[in-house]
Amino acid sequence: MLDSKIPAGELSQKWTKYKDQLKLVAPNNRPKIDIIVVGTGLAGASAAASLGEMGYNVKAFCFQDSPRRAHSIAAQGGINAAKNYQNDGDSVYRLFYDTIKGGDYRAREANVHRLAEVSGNIIDQCVAQGVPFARDYGGMLDNRSFGGTQVQRTFYAAGQTGQQLLLGAYSALSRQIGQGNVQMYNRHEMLDIVKVGGKARGIIARNLITGELERHSAHAVIIASGGYGNVYFLSTNAMGSNVTAAWKIHKKGAYFANPCFVQIHPTCIPVHGTNQSKLTLMSESLRNSGRIWVPKKKEDAEAIRAGKLKPTQIAEEDRDYFLERRYPAFGNLVPRDVASRAAKERCDAGFGIENNDTQEGVYLDFSSEIISKGKQSAYAAGNHNPTDEEVIKLGKAWIEEKYGNLFQMYQKITDENPYETPMKIYPAVHYTMGGVWVDYNLQSTIPGCFVAGEANFSDHGANRLGASALMQGLADGYFVLPYTVSDYLAGDIRTGKIPTNTPEFDEAENSVRSSIEKFLNNNGTKTVDHFHKKLGHIMWNKVGMARNGQGLTEAVREIDELRKEFYRDVYVPGGAYELNPELEKALRVADFMELGQLMAMDALQRRESAGGHFREEYQDAEGETLRDDVNFNFVGAWEYGGSDINAETLHKEVLNYEYIKIAARNYK
Amino acid sequence: MASNKNININLKIWRQKDAKTKGKIETYKLDNVSTDSSFLEMLDQLNEQLVNNRQEPVAFDHDCREGICGMCSLYINGRAHGPDTAITTCQLHMRSFKDGDTIYVEPWRSKAFPVIKDLVVDRSAFDRIQQAGGFVSVNTSGRTIDANATPVPKHDADRSFEAAACIGCGACVASCKNGSAMLFAGAIVSKFALLPQGKVEATQRVMNIVRQMDEEGFGNCTNTGACEVECPKGISLENIARMNREYLFATLK
Repeated sequence: MLDSKIPAGELSQKWTKYKDQLKLVAPNNRPKIDIIVVGTGLAGASAAASLGEMGYNVKAFCFQDSPRRAHSIAAQGGINAAKNYQNDGDSVYRLFYDTIKGGDYRAREANVHRLAEVSGNIIDQCVAQGVPFARDYGGMLDNRSFGGTQVQRTFYAAGQTGQQLLLGAYSALSRQIGQGNVQMYNRHEMLDIVKVGGKARGIIARNLITGELERHSAHAVIIASGGYGNVYFLSTNAMGSNVTAAWKIHKKGAYFANPCFVQIHPTCIPVHGTNQSKLTLMSESLRNSGRIWVPKKKEDAEAIRAGKLKPTQIAEEDRDYFLERRYPAFGNLVPRDVASRAAKERCDAGFGIENNDTQEGVYLDFSSEIISKGKQSAYAAGNHNPTDEEVIKLGKAWIEEKYGNLFQMYQKITDENPYETPMKIYPAVHYTMGGVWVDYNLQSTIPGCFVAGEANFSDHGANRLGASALMQGLADGYFVLPYTVSDYLAGDIRTGKIPTNTPEFDEAENSVRSSIEKFLNNNGTKTVDHFHKKLGHIMWNKVGMARNGQGLTEAVREIDELRKEFYRDVYVPGGAYELNPELEKALRVADFMELGQLMAMDALQRRESAGGHFREEYQDAEGETLRDDVNFNFVGAWEYGGSDINAETLHKEVLNYEYIKIAARNYK
Repeated sequence: MASNKNININLKIWRQKDAKTKGKIETYKLDNVSTDSSFLEMLDQLNEQLVNNRQEPVAFDHDCREGICGMCSLYINGRAHGPDTAITTCQLHMRSFKDGDTIYVEPWRSKAFPVIKDLVVDRSAFDRIQQAGGFVSVNTSGRTIDANATPVPKHDADRSFEAAACIGCGACVASCKNGSAMLFAGAIVSKFALLPQGKVEATQRVMNIVRQMDEEGFGNCTNTGACEVECPKGISLENIARMNREYLFATLK
């Protein structure tokens, strides 16, 4: 039975009062308790640092060579917080409300309110750690706005906010490692969880350098292993990002919630060709300054694709600023899914501008911003009659200060200068909002196994609006888990060290070993990437930006067949006891196969369009989403049913909206 | 996109089974490489070819593939991260090479970065420098002072950010004839030295960082400046000067 454990009482007081009732572990008892943290991005590093500082024995694991490399580092735009420094009417309630609305009323009120409440503390914490956020000339923190909101609540550090926040969390973690409170295991991958008496009591990890399987025991296990966007092969995720840790706990009893909710990010660099390994995101903050358009006339689009016309040759009146046209109130700042679908709609209708076989892509144009900011800068400098050249020069300097690294990144990848010609962008898989089901304590359905950040599902809307995923990762790690994990561990102060020489550890290690051996002895004919790309192809075409019943049914069957073929015909070179990246990939793709099928099944049962899940059958005459709040106002949590994924059982956690009136989401 | 053509290349790649085994350069031929591919995508293509031929693929470090995680390394034609400046290996594209080129690919070369396998090296010494003092000793309660209670001049915040933009890739060490980590360590010291936060422990911080740097076997700085030239993030030599100044003041205290 799913119990969300949301405390009773007034929404704005729930977390405060609940914290007062949670059990504590006294400082002298904390060293008797071991905690494992898997993944050291924003959520994992902040959790490991906080728990280490409290005095628990923490073991932290990451597959990279250093925690500083976690993919949180790539987040560009910023982090939201309800500080109202800009005096534009922001408040905890407004951040909460925007997030719930942005999540299409498919997130838990209590979780999201807690997130909004602690958001201010996150900024205070990070500044105290020496995170160099952008400042104005008075020395105060600067803010900008992001998609889906009408206030300026986003704190940032150029286009490298994720990097700076992660380095903050990494430095806090490093301090604890240096003091011996946290033991760090780099280049290690968790390959199974170990349950003793129904509780999470340890993990099996593979040392990726030696290939040795290691047993690590603990009184609680925290999974902070990130998202599963790489199921699509092409995504904005780092190459190593995977679902393995989350999927292994699913197979041992943790429910997996809303896997079909995948965020498609509207501003990525379009695909260049068949050898492409991943997609690169351009920060959504660019939508503050760029205007998105395609040609109004089909013949212009065709001429551009054929290389006969340049975008700068299209006259202003022949450009279709389709977001501004369709959504005048939010314009280019509509939420990500709205912007993504609108771009797809234009490209599907034949107005795409990319001159390769995909013909996908729309323009993100900075020319009017360059002129308007150039005029402002000239005026501010006392030049009230600047020439056009002066305006453009000053405007470009303004853009460079605000987005310089992004423009440089774009130019390196595409060999085109975005100061001179509009960027080309297209949507891509970016963030996964589904994940392991957790209760209000961030505990999964396995007692003692907690899940944080992108790996859990809980603050769905938060992950969908820009600049909110960073907020959720740090909120979970710094300000939620230290309380709720302690509450759980209060019952464990007399347990003593968990031994690793028990049948439970034997069994878990043996099963990991046998799956490794199976791959190495398979002697098939095709590479792991061959299968991963095929899986990605099915996922993008049939479980992508827009899905329908027929496509999803086909996807379930095709993935089933692909999975069988994968086990029959994959070839994995090398040995078990060495650095073997092909083996690492094979183990991860095995999990992506199962998850991919579950994503299709979840999308199939959700007969509505909501929150990053768009079913073509459920849209209105104008192509906007049609939610079904009567039948689908629930979290879909799947229970593993054995090696046949079709045997998963769906459990429903009905979402009760006590404080917010569910309304149609309208960005017009 | 711009070029959209295919080239054929010859590769001379350092192969080393593990830390203990002696390595050597192997030669490979790779056809039909799109000039729009990144250098790492080219290596993916090579590995696909090797695996299909039942040969062992080349191990190399990489992750985000968008120039920010710092995981990718590689000495390419004798230069850290290859022929272009101010980029990581994942941002290097094959349009920088010509049809028929021979490209040498080697791991980072430095005593403090031992080779693990092929092109993969161990950079954990950087983590230990960070653990020795690269932090502000503030607890993680979030109940510190309001973030705007301490104004920071924009100029200082911007320069701190420039130092903090270091991605810890190790190109500075690999390009230095002394194998010095001073640019990396200087960036950490500067990041904090330029902000009011953490000022109280500045003396201890720089002493600890310098001590750890020496213990790890990194060489000293002789102002050649190769590190700055090869740094993908444009971390400036000023940071080394600032660290030296901080260190001098610390020793005088």
